[in-house]
Amino acid sequence: MPSHTKSTARLGDRVFSNLSKGSGIALLAIMAAIAVFLAIRAVVAIRANEGNFLTTFAWDANADPPYFGIAVLLFGTVVSSVIAMVLAVPVAVGIALFISHYAPRRLAAGIGYVVDLLAAVPSIIYGLWGALYLVPQLTGLYEWLDQFFGWTGVFAYDGTPARSLMTVGILLAIMILPIITSVTREVFLQTPKANQEAALALGATRWEVVRMTVLPFGRSGVISASMLGLGRALGETMAVATVLSPSFLINASLLESGGGTFAQNIASQFKEAGSMGRDALIASGLVLFLLTLLVNGAARLIIARRKEYSGANA
Amino acid sequence: MKLRLGAVLVSGALVLLTACGTDDNSGLPGAVDFSVENLRCAPSGTLLASGSSAQANAMEVWVNTYQANCEDSQINYKATGSGAGVQEFLQGTTAFAGSDSQLTESEVEESRRVCRDGGRAVHLPMVAGPIAVAYQLPGVDDLVLDAETLARIFDSDIRRWNDPAIAELNPDARLPDIPITPFHRSDGSGTTDNFTSYLNASAPEAWPYEPDKSWRGRGGQSADGSSGLVGMVQQNPGAISYFELSYAHQNDLDTVRLDTGADEPVEATVENSSNAVAQADVTGEDGDLALELDYATRETGVYPIVLVTYEIVCDRGNNPATLDLVKAFLTYTAGEDGQRALGEIDYAPISDDIIQQVRQRIDAMD
Repeated sequence: MPSHTKSTARLGDRVFSNLSKGSGIALLAIMAAIAVFLAIRAVVAIRANEGNFLTTFAWDANADPPYFGIAVLLFGTVVSSVIAMVLAVPVAVGIALFISHYAPRRLAAGIGYVVDLLAAVPSIIYGLWGALYLVPQLTGLYEWLDQFFGWTGVFAYDGTPARSLMTVGILLAIMILPIITSVTREVFLQTPKANQEAALALGATRWEVVRMTVLPFGRSGVISASMLGLGRALGETMAVATVLSPSFLINASLLESGGGTFAQNIASQFKEAGSMGRDALIASGLVLFLLTLLVNGAARLIIARRKEYSGANA
Repeated sequence: MKLRLGAVLVSGALVLLTACGTDDNSGLPGAVDFSVENLRCAPSGTLLASGSSAQANAMEVWVNTYQANCEDSQINYKATGSGAGVQEFLQGTTAFAGSDSQLTESEVEESRRVCRDGGRAVHLPMVAGPIAVAYQLPGVDDLVLDAETLARIFDSDIRRWNDPAIAELNPDARLPDIPITPFHRSDGSGTTDNFTSYLNASAPEAWPYEPDKSWRGRGGQSADGSSGLVGMVQQNPGAISYFELSYAHQNDLDTVRLDTGADEPVEATVENSSNAVAQADVTGEDGDLALELDYATRETGVYPIVLVTYEIVCDRGNNPATLDLVKAFLTYTAGEDGQRALGEIDYAPISDDIIQQVRQRIDAMD
């Protein structure tokens, strides 16, 4: 940073510098205040808890003494998000590649616009669409899965309304598709022309160009796009609360109803929570916060390691 | 705030979606006449209150009526749920709370910090609502069940509609051979608390779980809010669930008649549930009017699954800034006009004997 003396700094410079410095400090102070508040409330709840906070399969936080645990919520949050990622990332990369390298220019603009539009739909609309339209449609698919893969236990299905973690995963996949697609597309579009033309000059087909230049160049971009999507999937509230049939059980089958997620549980329990119930929900929120932090940290590590190969600055 | 707004939107949207196709608006506050004669107004002011969503429709009618008759008065009742409402009252941010359930002892102790002059929080029963058990079963529009059968259905012990236990209670019905899908509330709810209180009191062997705002039974599916349950019953043949009677009426759903052991199975109606409130005992002491219902009643014409919701106020030492307005508003709601308005929107008025005591209590508030 170049040092500057008072005589060369104008008033505007000083005001702006202080303003931006102040904003930065305020952000840190607010974050710290929130974290401290959450941590204090969470400790109160966890101290009073009669169950094991990590392993108990129940949520009786308003009972006296309170008895609750986050095992089911952690499982449901992670599983539904993983399903969403498995379904959404390949499709998103496909759409992004189509837009950036295959589609005619006018079509590409149109598709890009539609994908961005998907991101503007509020999550409650996805929830209502999921509950009223998607759930009845999935029964057939689940029966088929049960018929051929039911023996694994993971895809066993009992014919009840399809309001399970799998359904939530499918809905979340649709919801995070646009954000992964648009970020990935931007990264793919930035692949250096020189590299692509060099590959073409060597006689590569279009697929080989993509494989040799676009994908390696965009890899860290795809990872950060996926993490943005994962962040949304982990914290999604209303769509999950509308579609899922929650219960405090872990079901071996992904297709049978039950389970829950952190955000959904907070939305469901908050209205009738007493002071202890509220603290317990805050404690579960803190775990979600840590989970998101962990996921983002892991993503940054991966990106940092890949950076030297790709040249993309993520 | 975001969560709450979202929840309101869901229920609102589901009600809109599920209400399509019926012109019967008798259960909606929109169809109610707001004009009342000789309503005593307090000096103008603004009142904040929050709590039970079970009494939200009644509050809407009352607030509209009061504001239509007393200009310059603003009453703002937020249906945040009982738990949140009681919390806000105990923090002193609201003038009264609506609650489906009675305060715990520690909450009453806590209220002494908000109520001045050595006062404490008391319960004023104001609205009662029948909880209907609704179902969707093709070809069956009259269904009789008793507490034990209901308990076994909701505990996933009886799994098909043509089970002998159901057939025995309904000899004339043609029960189809399809699976039963019982739906319960996924959120904490006073409705669940009352429904399971009934099951536990009337069929303790089939329903050994303690009554609670959270669901304790095994199996079944769950959904958020009464409107969520309505949607599920409409969507799934073979479904059965429980919610306030108004939801069943607004959506034209069939409701179960209960075989309580009386001469004749009782239907979920405003009148039958008023009869249940009339038989309730006042268990509160020193001017507190907390009620205890007899869920295991066998009397003719008494529908036992009734949700009584209270207004929570301080008996002494209410906030002087809002005291007059609270008294005027509650005097109206507990008065004849206020109570009469309830029947039109599928709530049950509180019986004469008890509402008299409520009025005295309100007069004595300071």
